[in-house]
Amino acid sequence: MTTLNVRVAAVEQVTELVKHFTLVQQNGQPLPRFSGGSHVVVSMNINGRNHRNPYSLMGSPDNTESYHISVRRQEQSRGGSVYMHDQVTVGSELQITYPVNLFAISKLAHKHILVAGGIGITPFMSQIADLNRLGQHYELHYAYRSPEHGAFVEQLREMCGDRLHCYVESEGQRMSFQQLLSQQPLGTHVYTCGPDAMVKTLLLTARDMGWPESHLHSEQFSAPPIGDAFVISLAQSGIDLEVPGDMSMLEAMEEAGLEPPFLCRGGACGRCELEVLACDGALMHNDHYLSDAEKTAGNKIMPCVSRASCQKLVLNI
Amino acid sequence: MNTPAFKHETFRDDYSFSNSAEAIRRFPFPFPEDDYMYSVNIEQHEPGAPGSVLEHLIDIDEHYLAECEDRRLTLEQDPDRCIITPHMIDAQWDMVELVMESLAADYPQWFSLSKNGDDWHWINTPMGIDQQFRFGDASTLPMPPFEFITRQVQGDWIIMDQRDDDLFADMGMVTSQADWSIAFDAGMSFKEWHGPVPQANEIGVFDRALKYLLHLQYGSPVRRLNWTMTVNPRLDTSPENYPFWGPDNVSVTPENVGDKVYLRVELQALFRLPRSNAIAFSVRGYLISLNELVTYPRWGKRLHRILKGLHPDLSEYKGLDHYRQTVIDWLAPMDDGADLGLGTQPE
Ligand code: HEM
Ligand code: FES
Repeated sequence: MTTLNVRVAAVEQVTELVKHFTLVQQNGQPLPRFSGGSHVVVSMNINGRNHRNPYSLMGSPDNTESYHISVRRQEQSRGGSVYMHDQVTVGSELQITYPVNLFAISKLAHKHILVAGGIGITPFMSQIADLNRLGQHYELHYAYRSPEHGAFVEQLREMCGDRLHCYVESEGQRMSFQQLLSQQPLGTHVYTCGPDAMVKTLLLTARDMGWPESHLHSEQFSAPPIGDAFVISLAQSGIDLEVPGDMSMLEAMEEAGLEPPFLCRGGACGRCELEVLACDGALMHNDHYLSDAEKTAGNKIMPCVSRASCQKLVLNI
Repeated sequence: MNTPAFKHETFRDDYSFSNSAEAIRRFPFPFPEDDYMYSVNIEQHEPGAPGSVLEHLIDIDEHYLAECEDRRLTLEQDPDRCIITPHMIDAQWDMVELVMESLAADYPQWFSLSKNGDDWHWINTPMGIDQQFRFGDASTLPMPPFEFITRQVQGDWIIMDQRDDDLFADMGMVTSQADWSIAFDAGMSFKEWHGPVPQANEIGVFDRALKYLLHLQYGSPVRRLNWTMTVNPRLDTSPENYPFWGPDNVSVTPENVGDKVYLRVELQALFRLPRSNAIAFSVRGYLISLNELVTYPRWGKRLHRILKGLHPDLSEYKGLDHYRQTVIDWLAPMDDGADLGLGTQPE
């Protein structure tokens, strides 16, 4: 997997919980161009263990001098975001992957409705730069908890003008998906990123209202949840590995020196999919990639975020 | 490779095309073993051995000027060989960047690119082009950016938009195709344009290939080889012009076969494009006459075995049925049956 070595050029505390990092190449070269909605995976060495988290690029794709990511502090997580907040400062060196886009704007849409919740605003910021440049017709609907949590609102107002609509929960402002999605012109696409409940409700509402699947776009990265330890048995190589409670299967394989494929590490892209040959317990799917039917069938699993509650899981790798 | 002189030659009318000894040696012979069947033969497009066709991302060889001239002639007769849809504007500029940057980096003796912010200066010495323009501003080029750059590079280019978990052929410069048409395939999806291919879908080739391509990463291009055969060194074997080349298929005789029949290998490379998130598919064709090919006996023997064992559906699809037996009969006396081992090397 192609990677870039970057240095942190600036850190900004945006809200109480959100920090914004500016990254430049260590060798001083311009960074690769990218398309709005892309993300990179950041590697961090935490206590000798390699953690990798996906973050959306939120700068303008026209800017090849620096990349911009924002990290929301998640106390109950396995430490990646806390590490970014507490250990990463100006001058820190990090390794990131080349940008990957799993949340691209549709080039054939006549209108784009962007719906963000909380830190889910980040991928829209690079998308908006593209939409502005291409002169596209769009609206941004941005919901957050309270005025203090409205990250980047000023910047967004500058970028979007009156196409920005804010919904401040603490002030009782709520978005009505039903209303938002009715009476949109033919050829409108809707994009959503944010808390799980919001994304699910919006997609359900749209489907109920008869929106075609191809006009619905969402991006959600799961963090690998903490669970019980279990053993994976890699059928092709004959290796058995213990997956500790605070590691994903993907990380356990990497820790053992293997290089299984991945792109997003958040259960969104499908690149890491593995075939399950046997399991003496239950699979615990945490991804957004497999269909419900595939999850029930139980012969595929996404090792970047999913686990099993079992003694031994046999994988075809 | 050493700087080749660009040859004056034609791919139509008097067909004066031929390969130098050096070009024969570096020919991308596609058969590592005695059997052939479709497979997901995709590998990383990493630089190969110096002098080989894989040395650089985009290969420029002794046929460069002649191929660009043949493209110009084809476009003059039929401008629809270059299809550009309006939503591919970012992809047009991605292509300008990809081709100019790699040619200038890999062949500084012929191409140069200097940049001052978005003000770019491109010099293509062999073609005598010296162009200043503003990157992103199509009005500063004499024609659409995609057409401008693909007139200056060998091989066909098809650019696919990625949407709805599929790829759509929404832009293309196609003047040297093996009997398919961009005007016909434009806007089609991956499975749709592969519809005519026999056998491959049944063995899951297209499902797996599409899944792989949807995840193709910027900075990690991939490649594969495809092959067919053709009578006369003609680049433009398009369905539109079938009347001009189709009859050649029945003109092969035991006397002229070595001269008239060509193996045609396509080095196909796939690049994720950064700004558009589109995928560029380049089809770089290499032609070699059977007379040239058998200057390396190992290749002659291998081709003999491939053609003898070729699945009849593939033979028909590739259009070989009229002359395959004549080729086999011509190659047979040169094949002593020796074990050739694995690999595509000439010797
Ligand atoms: C994404 C870019 C690609 C494009 C635009 C493309 C396009 C085409 C076209 C136009 C044809 C001719 C179909 C016809 O007869 O009308 C073809 C043939 C074929 N393609 Fe692709 N293709 C692509 C990628 C691939 C990949 C990744 C594979 C990998 C397995 C593949 C496998 C084949 C095969 C096996 C044939 C039959 C070739 C022959 O026997 O001569 N293609 N392709
Ligand atoms: S790496 Fe993307 S789903 Fe696992």
